[in-house]
Amino acid sequence: MNALAVVLLVVGVAVGFGAALLLERERRTRALRRREGVRRIAFPFTAEGLSEPALVAALRLARAEDATLMPVYLALVPLRLDVDVPLPREADTALSLLEAIEQRAARAHVPVDTRIERGRTVRHALRQLIQHERFERMVVAAGAGGAGEGEGFTPEDVAWLLAHVPAELIALRPVRAALQTAVRASAEPAPAQPSDA
Amino acid sequence: MAQRRGHLKVFIGMAAGVGKTYRMLQEGQAEVEAGRDVVVGYLETHGRMDTLTQSEGLEIVPRRRVGYRDTEIEEMDLPAVLARAPELCLIDELAHTNAPGVEHEKRYEDVRDVLAAGIDVFSTVNVQHLESLNDQVTQLTGVRVRETIPDAVLSAADEAVLVDVTPEALIGRLRAGKVYPPERIQAALGNFFKIENLAALRETALRQVAEGVELERRVRGAPGGRREDRLLTSAAPQAISERLLALVTPSPKSQRVVRRAWRSAQRLGAALDVLVVRPPGATASTEEREQLEALRRLASVLGAQLLIEEGDDVADVAIRVAQGRNTTYVLMGTPKPRNAWRRLTQPALPFRLLRGLPGVDLRIVADRTLRTAAGEAVESDEL
Repeated sequence: MNALAVVLLVVGVAVGFGAALLLERERRTRALRRREGVRRIAFPFTAEGLSEPALVAALRLARAEDATLMPVYLALVPLRLDVDVPLPREADTALSLLEAIEQRAARAHVPVDTRIERGRTVRHALRQLIQHERFERMVVAAGAGGAGEGEGFTPEDVAWLLAHVPAELIALRPVRAALQTAVRASAEPAPAQPSDA
Repeated sequence: MAQRRGHLKVFIGMAAGVGKTYRMLQEGQAEVEAGRDVVVGYLETHGRMDTLTQSEGLEIVPRRRVGYRDTEIEEMDLPAVLARAPELCLIDELAHTNAPGVEHEKRYEDVRDVLAAGIDVFSTVNVQHLESLNDQVTQLTGVRVRETIPDAVLSAADEAVLVDVTPEALIGRLRAGKVYPPERIQAALGNFFKIENLAALRETALRQVAEGVELERRVRGAPGGRREDRLLTSAAPQAISERLLALVTPSPKSQRVVRRAWRSAQRLGAALDVLVVRPPGATASTEEREQLEALRRLASVLGAQLLIEEGDDVADVAIRVAQGRNTTYVLMGTPKPRNAWRRLTQPALPFRLLRGLPGVDLRIVADRTLRTAAGEAVESDEL
């Protein structure tokens, strides 16, 4: 009986010790990954261009990499106003969207650090973001190109980002645009194949 | 016995031609009719007939001629005004720069002397001449104004009267030749006198006067004001204006508190202050600096004021700031759990705030994402 108790005790201690070691290793791995890897993922968007697939992708990446998601609302300031002027109406929209993202991120256990950046144009606001914030990766939704043809940045803005963002850039193509391209490709006649004959 | 300082009334407008000088003369005429001794120290009619007609019957102190670079310039004769010693003196164009060789470089300095002599003064100024607004106005209109006056001159005025017309009406007056002579009309319409410029300047002028009124109200409410003013204002600030204070730390979670506070402020039509209390002399870490910068930018977008104060005790600093700013509502995040020793020796921060700020509402802003996480199944699979 005594021997059994001793064995159980030893096994229990060994299991406990093993579990503690595993947890510690996991903690260190996470800490190391945080220290050396991606810590912040920027996710800029405008009121008209919040793409859900891009948000989901950004959240997935942030979760996989133990990174903080930084959703950035780009507020456009008309030229007749000072660029630093308070924007209550725009802020109202921005806060609603940022809160919705925050709720979603909480469900995915992703920490969030929200921002609002002002600028005269989308590109100006993006430049401000690059100047003000530190991040290792940026996720953006690429629009289809024309006005109202997709929720995301124009090809010109994406090209500008590729040239100027001092971090890894992930530009996600909108589903609709990808589908349209696929449909166009399938509708075009296939190139003539050389005949064996 | 010390001489009474004169009373300064400034007529402020968004641009030339709104009718500041006309209104000043009109009020000057009313003062004459009321039996006061009124003179015109300096009048600039710009050849406008209406203005000239309005000045009829008023005594005008002759201008003096000052030699400058082979020409003669006419300036206000300050010694003559002081020698004449009227009860009220009308002095146009407060922001004017005097020719070299007279007593002062700027006309507002002449006005100070007149006021110091116990003479009341009516004067005029355009909003773009205010020093603090100069850059903003340049940005709005693309025109930089060289003649400026320190804001303190307008703040020191006992009354600021906004002379307001709509941009459309002003442009109508300009086209009708009531502002500038015909040869200058087209140039003016092409440069400064555009609807968008005037609309922005009008808003700036309205804000400036409104802020002046708010400042006046606060100064009167301060201890030491006249008894009737104290009686008038003792209940008014609490009854009319709400002011919110969001107490935050430099961390991502604080943005939530600021957002919630701002929404409450919007609903109440109240001003919002955001307070960060830092230990005295402590060097901020990189992350802390980044968070403070993010808070500053958020506050700027929301139109809130970020206050960074140093102090060992957060509650003491928050109480001091809230009292100083007439705060009616304090919002803070969920306090961190405290150790047993602290729980025994000191009441929690919310209790200390409640005790130190009687009559002030306190709201603890919860993290709603926790409610979502607890109340619903974790939807990580949706990713």
